[in-house]
Amino acid sequence: MSIDKDMNILIVDDYKTMLRIIRNLLKQIDFNNVEEASDGSEALAKLRTGQFGLVISDWNMQPMTGLQLLQEVRADARLKATPFIMITAESKAENVVAAKQAGVSNYIVKPFNAETLKEKIEKVLAHA
Amino acid sequence: MHKPLSGGAAARLARPRHDPLGERLAAIATPDRAEIEEIVRTVFSTLHGDLSAKDAKLLAEVEDLGRTIAAAKAEIAALRVDDITASHIPSATDELDAIVAHTAAATNSILEVCEMLDVAAGSATGAMAEQLNDATTRIYEACSFQDITGQRISKVVLTLKTIEGKVAQILAAFSDPVAAETPGAQSAPDAEAALLNGPQLPMVAMDQSEIDRLLASFE
Repeated sequence: MSIDKDMNILIVDDYKTMLRIIRNLLKQIDFNNVEEASDGSEALAKLRTGQFGLVISDWNMQPMTGLQLLQEVRADARLKATPFIMITAESKAENVVAAKQAGVSNYIVKPFNAETLKEKIEKVLAHA
Repeated sequence: MHKPLSGGAAARLARPRHDPLGERLAAIATPDRAEIEEIVRTVFSTLHGDLSAKDAKLLAEVEDLGRTIAAAKAEIAALRVDDITASHIPSATDELDAIVAHTAAATNSILEVCEMLDVAAGSATGAMAEQLNDATTRIYEACSFQDITGQRISKVVLTLKTIEGKVAQILAAFSDPVAAETPGAQSAPDAEAALLNGPQLPMVAMDQSEIDRLLASFE
């Protein structure tokens, strides 16, 4: 299955440096249409007004966390099929289980490398 | 239903009365610590003659314990524990905040230069372009250290604030028994808050391959 490299990707992190890093890494694997949000509520507003093929989100953000964003996305009829990758420093098994139960498509633990990001995106989009 | 008082009775009640029993009860309700210590010492000194060797030893232990507690209180007072909450911990958290700010600024400078290299790589060809691309990718990956260290430092700041709270409780315990029993204002963690622990130490953290295996177990 070929991947649409022109799709819009929404990256969500409350840390601007991390957004910049992910944006640059995505650019290096030919995803150039990237939008940013600094927490779950901003991301949800963008998702509800735009068209995104993938969400890549941090977990620990205020006021709306990445997990809450994921739950909102999965509860929204229009958004529920959107692939959702969590990128977080939370590396405990209970976190992975909670994210999976909420419907996460894949889970990347920080620090991560470009190869892992590419591999997970390809895997998620292949199943989308 | 109350009967209305006659004019004379009402006037008598309105006058301040001397109430020796009430005054004594009030005095007992607010005992003077020094007075109590003096009484206990006096009672102990009169008991010596009637005590067995075992009782005397026990009393000596109790006295010794009292002296140890008094010494500990004096030592804590001499430590100027107030300084911990007033100066040391705020200063340490300011230093840590400065570390985060400086490393963030440095990371952004590195990213800026890296983005310039990326643009340059766009006009390169062949092996040179590939090498430049690999190099910038590795720099981007390495820069994510800033996020992790920032989160670790936030955890340390939180720990310092917890210590600050505990110190305040210890101080309260030595000055006001009621305050010592009053728990600090803490919000009950909800189910998700218990999941937010930040980066784990490498020896206990799950790595990506373990997370992948866990995720695969759901399929």
